Amino acid sequence: MYRLQISLTALLFAAGACTPVKEYQKNRLNDSEMSLSSRKVEKNEANFQSYREGSSGANGGKTGGGCGCN
Amino acid sequence: MKRLCLTVIGLYLMLLHAFSQSAPADTASFKPRKLKLDEINFVSSYYTQNGDHSAIQGGIGSEKVTDLANGIELKFIAYDPLRRKNTLTAGIGLDHHTAASQAWVSKTGASRTGGTRIYPSLQWERENEQKGTRFGLGASYSSEYNYHSIGLQTDLGLKTKHNGEFGLKLSAYFDQVKLIRPSEFNTTDTITNTSGGTTSYTTASGRTVTLSAGGTYVSDGETSIPSSPRNTYTASLSFNQIINTRLQGALLLDVVAQNGYLGLPFHRVYFKDGADSVENLPSTRFKLPVGLRLNYFLGDRVVLRSYYRFYTDDWGIRSHTASLEVPIKLTPFFSISPFYRYYTQTPSKYFAPYETHTESQTYYTSNYALAAFSSQFFGADIRLSPPDGIAHTHLATLELRYGHYTQSTDLVSDVISLNLTFK
Repeated sequence: MYRLQISLTALLFAAGACTPVKEYQKNRLNDSEMSLSSRKVEKNEANFQSYREGSSGANGGKTGGGCGCN
Repeated sequence: MKRLCLTVIGLYLMLLHAFSQSAPADTASFKPRKLKLDEINFVSSYYTQNGDHSAIQGGIGSEKVTDLANGIELKFIAYDPLRRKNTLTAGIGLDHHTAASQAWVSKTGASRTGGTRIYPSLQWERENEQKGTRFGLGASYSSEYNYHSIGLQTDLGLKTKHNGEFGLKLSAYFDQVKLIRPSEFNTTDTITNTSGGTTSYTTASGRTVTLSAGGTYVSDGETSIPSSPRNTYTASLSFNQIINTRLQGALLLDVVAQNGYLGLPFHRVYFKDGADSVENLPSTRFKLPVGLRLNYFLGDRVVLRSYYRFYTDDWGIRSHTASLEVPIKLTPFFSISPFYRYYTQTPSKYFAPYETHTESQTYYTSNYALAAFSSQFFGADIRLSPPDGIAHTHLATLELRYGHYTQSTDLVSDVISLNLTFK
């Protein structure tokens, strides 16, 4: 748990060290490959992983519903 | 000297003005746009799996599964008079699966091995691009023969002045699990009270009936099988941040609480003495996953998409997930992305393999999703997305993805997916 707290604190410091980026400098950041969400084509992969593994969540997808009975 | 300085400053300001982009007067009057179809997404996947730790047979037996999933999603966009963007997304999915283990819900292996799931969804989002805020509402439904789920969600977003965005999503799933038990527990379909007094009996379907002296209960088939609720409540917090012109990241935190029937009624457990029962798990579960995503544009053609997640819950599972995907842009509109994912988890305190549990335990399961294992998933993704459509048609994006999954429990699976986006 301490490791997690240290990582989160480090991340907050890193966020404070961000460089200002203007709209016209975002051509690379706006590239579809740079998207921070999962791709649509990954949807069913995320489904089977959440049913075959004991953990799920924190990936922007759904965290409940559905059976995964088989 | 003062005059020289003023001249230099004056020249600098003139040059700055000459090269600066002066904002043209906004002469075009804004017109609200009615709801218009913006995008159609079609996602299709074929999944196949094999293993020998079926939960239905108490941790032994074939886990062979095939699943064909097809989904379509229509996205409509409108701008209201206040220039707010309204997005309405309607989707429907249909899966058909076959599962070898499902046959063994019946002791003789005679149960049906296939099933179909249908899951429509509807989502509305309003985004105020000037204020950098968004608000959304959504509903979903999922139905298969033994399981029904209703989902509701709302989400909020707020952009910061420093290229960041906070997000909050609240979702709730209200599920119903049909209590279909292994056939050996379906002792009889007709019960007659011969005891002389009022007595309670458990029927073949798991229902409890109370019969007065001489009373008879006759099962009226599958429709009489009762269901049990399972509720899932999730608060998802996210913070996205642009770090520099090439790097951006997202911090994701979910707080998940579940209650109700959290096992499955046809998952057997065989005890040390050979007796069998149905898995019994606590009626509550609290999950806490924390994820970090970092994407970096390396040079002009390579993107590094990385992800790490730490997960813990009160059933004793702790897991780490790390993945890296490297899209290589062969042209600005065509990329190939190899990917690799590593996952490892500790076992749930309620898990034990076949014939290991003792009947004195309160909670027990032999479902290997709750065992200790590690897994690897790797493959590649091909993406084609030319600016004026593929072959100048409405097909804007074609994406094909294949992945191979191996688990240290000997489970092996393959998944191939196709995404077509029409604009």
